[in-house]
Amino acid sequence: MTTGEMLLKAAALEQTRSVKYAKRKRVNQIALVMALGAMAFGLFWLFWILFETVRLGIEGLTMATLTQMTPPPNDEGGLANAIYGSFLMVTLATCVGAPIGIMAGIYLAEYDTKSWLASTTRFVNDILLSAPSIVIGLFVYAVVVSRFKSFSGWAGVVALALIVIPVVIRTTENMLQLVPPGLREAAYALGAPKWKVILSITLKAARAGVITGVMLAVARIAGETAPLLFTALSNQFWTSSLSQPMASLPVTIFKFAMSPYENWQKLAWAGVFLITMAVLGLNILARLWAGSNKN
Amino acid sequence: MTTPPRPKAARSGPVFDRIFAWLAKGSAIFTLVMLIAILASLTISAWPAIAKYGLGFLTSTTWDPVKEDFGGLVMIYGTVMTSFIALLIAVPVSFGIALFLTELSPAWLKRPLGTAIELLAAVPSIVYGMWGLLVFSPVLSTYVQQPLQAAFGDVPYIGALFSGAPVGIGILSAGIILAIMIIPFIAAVMRDVFEVTPTLLKESAYGLGATTWEVVSKVVLPYTKSGVVGGIMLGLGRAIGETMAVTFVIGNFNQLDSLSLFQAANSITSALANEFAEAGEGLHQGALMYLGLVLFFITFVILSLSKLLLSQLRKNEGAKS
Repeated sequence: MTTGEMLLKAAALEQTRSVKYAKRKRVNQIALVMALGAMAFGLFWLFWILFETVRLGIEGLTMATLTQMTPPPNDEGGLANAIYGSFLMVTLATCVGAPIGIMAGIYLAEYDTKSWLASTTRFVNDILLSAPSIVIGLFVYAVVVSRFKSFSGWAGVVALALIVIPVVIRTTENMLQLVPPGLREAAYALGAPKWKVILSITLKAARAGVITGVMLAVARIAGETAPLLFTALSNQFWTSSLSQPMASLPVTIFKFAMSPYENWQKLAWAGVFLITMAVLGLNILARLWAGSNKN
Repeated sequence: MTTPPRPKAARSGPVFDRIFAWLAKGSAIFTLVMLIAILASLTISAWPAIAKYGLGFLTSTTWDPVKEDFGGLVMIYGTVMTSFIALLIAVPVSFGIALFLTELSPAWLKRPLGTAIELLAAVPSIVYGMWGLLVFSPVLSTYVQQPLQAAFGDVPYIGALFSGAPVGIGILSAGIILAIMIIPFIAAVMRDVFEVTPTLLKESAYGLGATTWEVVSKVVLPYTKSGVVGGIMLGLGRAIGETMAVTFVIGNFNQLDSLSLFQAANSITSALANEFAEAGEGLHQGALMYLGLVLFFITFVILSLSKLLLSQLRKNEGAKS
C-alpha cells in the first residue's frame, strides 16, 4: 500500500467517524430536549391545576362559606357542616390510626426485623399503601355499615383510620431504622428496659420523621373521597353525632360539582380551594419540618 | 438488631415490657388481618353474584339493575382502556422527568423540581376530577377532539376510534387525567432507581466518550430495568384503583357498542362510586361487591409484581457493591 492510498483511507475513515459522531450528538440532543419537555409537561399540569383552583376558588370563597350550612340548590349558603365533619373525622381517624401504625412500625424496626411475620407484614403493608381506597370503603360498608344498618360518622372514621395505618407504618419503620444502633446499646448498657429504650431513646430520636409521617397521612385522608361515599355518606345539616351520616368536604364537593346548579358549583370550587391549600400546605410543612430536623 | 441484655426484674418492670412487645406485635398482625378481612368480607358480600354468575360475570356485558341481570365486562373494559391510555402517556413522560432530574438538572434545581412533581402526587383526586370536568374537558373537546375527528374521522378503522360526540368526556379524557395523576409516582420511582446506579459505571461510560443519552439508555436503563418496570407497575396499580377523578370525567354510561375513545363509558371504580350507595341489598349490591373484589384482586397482583421487581433491584445492588 502506498502512502497516498493510506492517506485516502484514513480520510475516508475520518469522515465516517465524524458523520457517526454528529449523528450520536444529534440523538443525544433530541433526547435531552425531550427530557426537558417532559419536565415542563409535568410542571405545566401542576401550575394549571393550581391556577384554576386558586382563581375559581377565591371567587367562590366568602365569609358565609365558613359559617353557613350547605344550602339547597339555588340558595345562599356555605360549607360549615362539611368542614366540621371533615375536621372531626380526620382528627379521630388520625388518633385511632396513628398509634396502631406507630406501634406496628416499632415492631418492624425494633423487635423483629427478619422473621416471616415481619417480612409478610412489610409486603402486605406496601400493598395496602397503594390499594384502591374505594375498596376500603366497600370493606367498611360490609363490616360496619351493613351490620349497624346505618351510614355513620363512625364508619367514616374507621375507613379513614384504615388508610392512615399503612402510611404511618411505612414512615415510622424507615425513620426508626435511621437511628444509630449505638444509641440503643448505650441505653441498654445503662440497664433501661426495652420499652423505655424505644419510647425515650429511639422514638425520641426519630420524632421528627414519625411526625412527618403522621402529617402526610393526615394530608392523604383529608382529600379522600372514595372511602367516605358509602360509609359516612353525607348530611345536609350540622351534626356532631358520629352515629349519624356525616357531611365531609370531599363528598360535598363531589355532590355539588356534579350538579347543574351554579351556586353549588361555586361552593364546590371554594371547597376544592380549601382542601388543596390544606393538603399542599401540610405536605410542604411536613417536608420543611423533616428537612430542618435532619440537619 | 441489638438484643438487649436480660434486665433485672425488679427495676425494669418486665410486665410492662411484655405488654409493650405484645402491643407492637399485635399492631403488626392487625395489618395482616386487615388484608385477609378485606378479601373475606368482599367475597362474602359478593357471594350472591358469584354464586349466580360465576366467572361468566367477567365476560357478560349486560348491566341491568331493573331486571337484576349483571355482567362486568363494560366496567372492566373501561378500567383497562383508561389505564392503558394513562400508561401510554405517563411512561415516556415520567422517564423524561427522571432523566432530567438525575442527569440534566443543575444541583440547586433538583430538590425544588422533585418536590414540585411530588406535590402533583399529593393533590387530592377530587381536585383532579373537578378540574378535569369543568376546566380540562371543554379544552380537550375544542382543541384536541374536534381536530382529531376532522383529520381522521373518515379514515377506516382509525376513524372508529375518534367517532362519537366530541364532548370532552369519556375514555380519552379519563385516560389523560389518570396519566397526569400517575406521572409523579412513576417518575419518583424511576428517579430513585436511576440514582442507585453506581457512579463508577456511569463515569466509565462517560470516560469512553459516551453521550448522556447513551449512558442512560445503555448503562443506567439496563442496570435498573426491574426497578423501572416495578415503578410502571406501581403507577398502573394506582391508575386502576383511582376513583374520583375517573368518576368525574368518564361519563358513567354503560355501553360497549362503539370502541370510540370519545365515548362516555364506565369503569369499575366509577360504577362503584355512583351506584353503590343507592344499590338495593341482594344481587345488585352483590354484583358491585364482585366488581370490587375483581378490582382488589387485579391491583393486588399488579402491586405484588411491582414490589417483587423493585426488591429484586435492591438485591442485585447488594450483590454488586
